[in-house]
Order: sequence, then structure tokens, then C-alpha cells
Amino acid sequence: MKDDRKKDLRMNITLDIQRFDPERDTEPRRQAYEVDVQPTDRVLDALMHIARHVDGTLAFRKSCAHGVCGSDAMRISGKERLACKTLIRDVAKKDGDVISIDPLNHMTVQKDLMVDQSVFLSKFRAVEPFLKPRKPLPFSSEFYQSPEDRAIIDEATKCINCGACYSACPVLDENPDFLGPAALVAAVRFVFDSRDEGLAARLDIVDQQNAVWSCDNHFECTKVCPREIKITKLINLTKRTIKKYKEGETDA
Amino acid sequence: MRFDYDAVIVGAGGAGLYAALEASGAGKTAVITKLYPQRSHTGAAQGGISAALGNVEEDSPEWHAFDTVKGGDYLVDQNAAIILAEEAVRAVFDLENRGLPFSRTPEGKIDQRRFGGHTRDFGAAAVRRSCYAADRTGHMILQTLYQQCIKNDVAFHDEWQVVDVVMDGTLLTGLVVFELSTGELHLVSAKAVLFATGGFGRMFKVTSNAMANTGDGPALLSRAGVPLMDMEFFQFHPTGIRTMGILITEGVRGEGGILLNRDGYRFMEKYAPTMMDLAPRDMVSRAIMTEIAEGKGIKGDRKIDDWVHLDASHLGRETVEAKIPDIADFCRTYLGVDPAVEPMPVQPTAHYAMGGIPTDLDGRVTDGKRTWDGLYAAGECACVSVHGANRLGTNSLVELIVFGRRAGNTIAKYVGTATSVNPGRAGDDKIKAWKDRIIGLKKGGAHSGKTYEAMQETMMANVGVYRNEGAMQNAVDDIAGLRDSYTEIGVQDQDSNYNTEVLSILELENLLDLSLHTSAAALARTESRGAHSREDYPDRDDKNWLKHSLSNIVGGKVILDSKPVDVSRWEPKPRVY
Repeated sequence: MKDDRKKDLRMNITLDIQRFDPERDTEPRRQAYEVDVQPTDRVLDALMHIARHVDGTLAFRKSCAHGVCGSDAMRISGKERLACKTLIRDVAKKDGDVISIDPLNHMTVQKDLMVDQSVFLSKFRAVEPFLKPRKPLPFSSEFYQSPEDRAIIDEATKCINCGACYSACPVLDENPDFLGPAALVAAVRFVFDSRDEGLAARLDIVDQQNAVWSCDNHFECTKVCPREIKITKLINLTKRTIKKYKEGETDA
Repeated sequence: MRFDYDAVIVGAGGAGLYAALEASGAGKTAVITKLYPQRSHTGAAQGGISAALGNVEEDSPEWHAFDTVKGGDYLVDQNAAIILAEEAVRAVFDLENRGLPFSRTPEGKIDQRRFGGHTRDFGAAAVRRSCYAADRTGHMILQTLYQQCIKNDVAFHDEWQVVDVVMDGTLLTGLVVFELSTGELHLVSAKAVLFATGGFGRMFKVTSNAMANTGDGPALLSRAGVPLMDMEFFQFHPTGIRTMGILITEGVRGEGGILLNRDGYRFMEKYAPTMMDLAPRDMVSRAIMTEIAEGKGIKGDRKIDDWVHLDASHLGRETVEAKIPDIADFCRTYLGVDPAVEPMPVQPTAHYAMGGIPTDLDGRVTDGKRTWDGLYAAGECACVSVHGANRLGTNSLVELIVFGRRAGNTIAKYVGTATSVNPGRAGDDKIKAWKDRIIGLKKGGAHSGKTYEAMQETMMANVGVYRNEGAMQNAVDDIAGLRDSYTEIGVQDQDSNYNTEVLSILELENLLDLSLHTSAAALARTESRGAHSREDYPDRDDKNWLKHSLSNIVGGKVILDSKPVDVSRWEPKPRVY
């Protein structure tokens, strides 16, 4: 009886995947794979099934399989998501449903769903994402921080640099030099850290046309963030803080 | 291509990055990682990193060391446990000073929570020792260390897979590396190489481990003649999300969560009257499997895929969202369960390898008789041993920082005085052999999936929480058969660039080798100790088995040897909680 019930829960769906192999293809092409899945399977499970049993040439990145390592961001049914944090039932309801899978935008495709992250990650490194202590380190004891001050940076510390926001951001369609949401989140994480020199030491990085001022409040980054970081809000907070700082109203 | 370094770190998790920060000042250093930085599995650690700071109640490193020894069922090297506990304090301050955003007490100090097996006064009661950042402690450690690597301009080779070592006797002279983006095979020479490649939980069907956790370091060193230590000891974390194995931190129980069987009974009362739900992981996993075997699982069918409930709903919405927000997110995403309202369905999940590459206290690879020059290991792939037969929660993160730092320091000193090495003809021969091997794989063959799944099934069913001779012999035979048929596997992908299929088949070979080590070493150890729990030998046998095991694969068979345990501080006693 159990097995029959399980069978009822299985669905036959199609993954419609953008393929591109620079060694063979001049243009991206699409390939459809029919897979037998359970609604509670991850999209990543279906991709792994294809790679291990059906078509070993399908290329994609993955690792943790539960949404914390950031390896498997891709566009699933038109929206940036992590393949390991998207269940089949989130994007398909019944037998015969088609799930489209595409590589992230704003990054060059290396092969199939693998994209070149080097520019994206160089922008992360460019914001100097490390603590610049506002006073000498105590070394053999703690650098105290109140729970309230810690709470201010909580959202920004959650980022896993998966690149979903970078792909979704419409500003990057027009301006490829925009630092992008993820790098700004990394900068903001330190701007508002009570232990850091903060904005004073980071004004040159964030107060730039290609930094916070390029953000047009589309909120696409916030909508797709698999860590549910309110990215646009953090960028706007930074804009306001920069204005106040320049007006001399705050010593942040 | 040929690359020459003073020091090479293989792996970009906590141990690797920390060692890189220590070593990079002393010479030309590079980190080689098969993933991108920030993707390593350290980032998945949740509940905390223990250190006897005493921020919220009295504590001492001596208690921490004792708990570690007792938690490991006395197979821990006690001199190593003392170093672990004493240096943990400095390690946590160091991470905090580098910017790690720990959760804080009202006074602004690092907050601490309870964790399994961590006690005050040598077992009197649970103590709040685990320093944490909500349930994202590993993520914060990985981020903080990578931030420091950016600050210190540490060099990385991303998506480079080390596939082999070149040895001259016991001197390591080079590495053979497969570069994913081009398919090129590189010869890398270095005076010192640290393996920090992490665990290998992917040999089991239900695991908390990342897909990248395929034990590449231990497997390839084993093939080069380095014995592996204590491979029979594999930890099953009691609370994985049912079927999927995704980790639900012990911190849930540290914050007051409790385990319930189908009758709603808090069954840990029976098994560990003092520590209850905060007993060590091996005991809690056994308790769950015993409840299930007695028909007290939620399904009640006595099968090993049954589960129990972990209830945190009485903690309230505020605590759940503040202390275990990611757990709440995982439960909502994967189960449609809100832990602030209803219990979480959990079952033991393969989580952590206590065994691995044997090292001394400074990360040098040694089996007690021979020491390999220029070869180091740290983190989960290594076996110091600070975890013995069962690791306590949080001690993995402590180990990464304490022993990653010690190995990095030792390497920094070593490269200052050591002469350059040259892989020479042996290196060229290895490169040639690997080129041939990859050409061979591309001639085609079976898909890898069936072998992968058969390995995970047999290891889960036969070398799990409870073990016996018949089952383990089945696993040994199954794995031996899978190793034989492995040669029939080939790749479809003919590309040089981004050939992820080649990589996955090499990873499968590593898991098969480590499965053989694990199942054969487990079969040989005729006692129950820590995570190695035998129905046919239910008692600990200190007279015959208070010793580390060392295993080699020779001609398809595992040959076992042993190494003494340091018991210089505390006499082994019965283990009661």
C-alpha cells in the first residue's frame, strides 16, 4: 500500500535546459529532459539524476544541497533561485509540466549552467570586505558589541554570494560597471559594524556613481535573494547615511 | 603546466584558510580548492564553536578537555584534547577580533549556549560553552577567514582538483592537479603541502554533507601509502531532516528543544538521565534508533527510515527566529513545517568522519613510526585525534581553527629552512599516467549513478548507527564488488573544458576507497566504542581495543595496524551521562 501511495506522488515533468558548449556550439541551444520526480524533490535532485544516469555532459555547479554554499544559483522558470532550495512543487504542479532552466544573467556562460563569476567576485573583493577596526584590537580578549549594534548588521552578514541578485538586477543590463547588489551588501555589512571605522573609511567605495547611486530601486535583488536579505532597503539606508554624513549630521 | 610554491594549502574551508593566513607570510603560498572560496562545507556548520570563556557561567578549559575525552569514549589523545580546549579560548578571541559577528550577551560579550556532552565540573550538568552566531556560526567563520584572505592577498587557484601526490620515499615532492576550466593536468611542487579537504559523508545515503565532501585528500594519500586512522568511527548526527539528511543543529536542543517519540514521550530521560537531550551525539542517535526498532518511531513500522520528533515549539516564535532562524527556514522550505508551531521530523544523518589522515599535534602526517616530510593535514580530513570514537558538537570548528593555525605555523617555520623539492621524472610519469587515464575514461562506459547509489545504500544499511558482523561483511563485499566494476564506468563528455563528469567519477573512486577503509576497519573492531556500536559486541573492550586503528588497502584488501592512544591525564572510565 505504501509503495502505491508513493507512486501516486511521483510526477513526470520536463526540464527544458539551456545548453551551450563553447567547444562545439556557436549558439546556445535548448535540450529537454523528461524526469520522474516527487513534488518534494529539489530541482537539484533532478539535475543530479540527469548527470549521473542520463546525460553526463550536462554541466552545472553544486555543493551543499541545502541553500548555504551559493554554488547552484540559476534561473528556474524565469526567476533566479538556488536549485537546491527550490522544490519541484514550487515550479511544477502536475505531470507534463515544463520547468525551464537557464544560466544566470550578467555573467558569461562557460558551459551549460556554469557562468564566469570572476567579474562578479572581483567586485566583491573591490569593496574591501574585511573589518577595519576603529580602535586597536584587544587580541587576548573581546571587542565588545552590544546586541543592538550586532542586530544592525545581521541581514548583511547572511549573504552567501550566490549571484542571484546580480543576475536579476536590471541596472546591470545597462551599466555593466555597476558594483551590483551583492558587493554593496558586503560593503554595507562593514559600514554599519560598530567595531569598524565604518563609512568614514569606506566613503570612497560606496559613495560612487557605480556603487550605491546606480541603484534605481527596482527591488528585483530583494525579490530573488535566497537568503531573504532586504538588499534594496540596505542600499537606501546607505544612501541616506552618506547624505547625512556629508551634511555633517552624523559621525558614522 | 608546472607551478612551484613554498607552501600549498589544499582546501579552502576553515582549516585551510586559517593555515593559509598563517603560512602565507613565510613564503610563496597558494590555496588550491576544487570549489570557489566561500563554497566550502565549513559554511554549513550551524550551532557554535566551544571555548571555555566563562562569559555566562563558570567554565574551564580543563572541563572542556575532559568532556572531549569522555565524549570520544577515551579514544581521544588526551594531550591533543588539552591543547584543543586551552587554545580554543584564544582561537575564538582571534576570530572575533577579525570581525566575526558573534551573537552577544546584553553586556556585549560573546554569548554562549549549551551543547551535547559539554558539562561543568566533569559531568555535573550542562554548561554554556558554545560561542555562536545564531545558527550560522560556520558561515560566519568561513566568511571572516575569506575576508582576511582578501585583506592579506592570499593567492587562490579555484576549481583545481588535486588528484595525486608525487612522493620520494616519505618526502612529498609534488601534486598532480586537474584544472576544471581547461582539463589541463598541472604538476605543482611545494616544500610543504597541507591537506584540508574536509569530510566524506557522501559515502552514505542520508547525510548532512555537501556533494563536494568526497574525501579526496585521505583517499589519494591512502593510495600513495599513507595509512588512515580510526576510519571505523563515523558520526551520525541525531537530528537530520527526515530523508534528506539536512542538518538541524544540536543548538536547537541547547536552546531547550526536546526529542519525542510517537507517544509524545521525552525518551532521552531513559537513556541519559542527567544530560537527557544534550547527551553526546552517538548516544542520542542510538536512542532514536532503539525507539524506532521498538516501534516508537512516528511511523511505527520499526524500519530504519522511520523518524522521531524534535520539538522546539514551546520555545516560542521570538526564540526560534532569533536563535535558529536558518533551521526555521530549512524546515519551512523542505518540509512545510514551522518549528515555532509544530515539531520537526528528524532521523540520524551521516555527519562527520572522526577518522582520517593521521597527524601529530602540529599537523605533520605521521603513523607513529614514520613521519612524511613536507606533508601536513588539518580539519575533518585529519585525525589528530581530538575526537576519538565520537566528536562532541562544536569541536569540529574548534579543531579547524586550533589545528589549522598550528599546522600553518609549523609550515611557516618549515619552509624557511627546508630545501626546494623536485618531483623530477616521477612527476612527469604521473602526469603522463593521468593523461592516459582521462583519455581512457573518455572511451566511454557505464554511467556512474548506479555505483554511487549502491555504495550509499550498502554503507547506510550496513555500517550505520548499529552494526553487526554479518551486515558489515556484506558492506565489505558490496564495496569490493563496486570497486571491481568501477573500471566499467566511463564518461560521455568529451570536452576538455569544464568536464564535471570526469571530476565526479574521480570523486566516486575516492568515496569507494574510503568506504572500504570504513567498513573493513569497523568489521575488525570487535567492541562497541563511541559511534562504533555493535550488536554482537555491545561493550567497550579497553584491554584489547584501547588503540587507534591504521588501515591500508593492499591488493583490494584492507590491512590493519594500530597506534597507541595518549591516556596520560584521565584514566578511562565507564561513560555515563
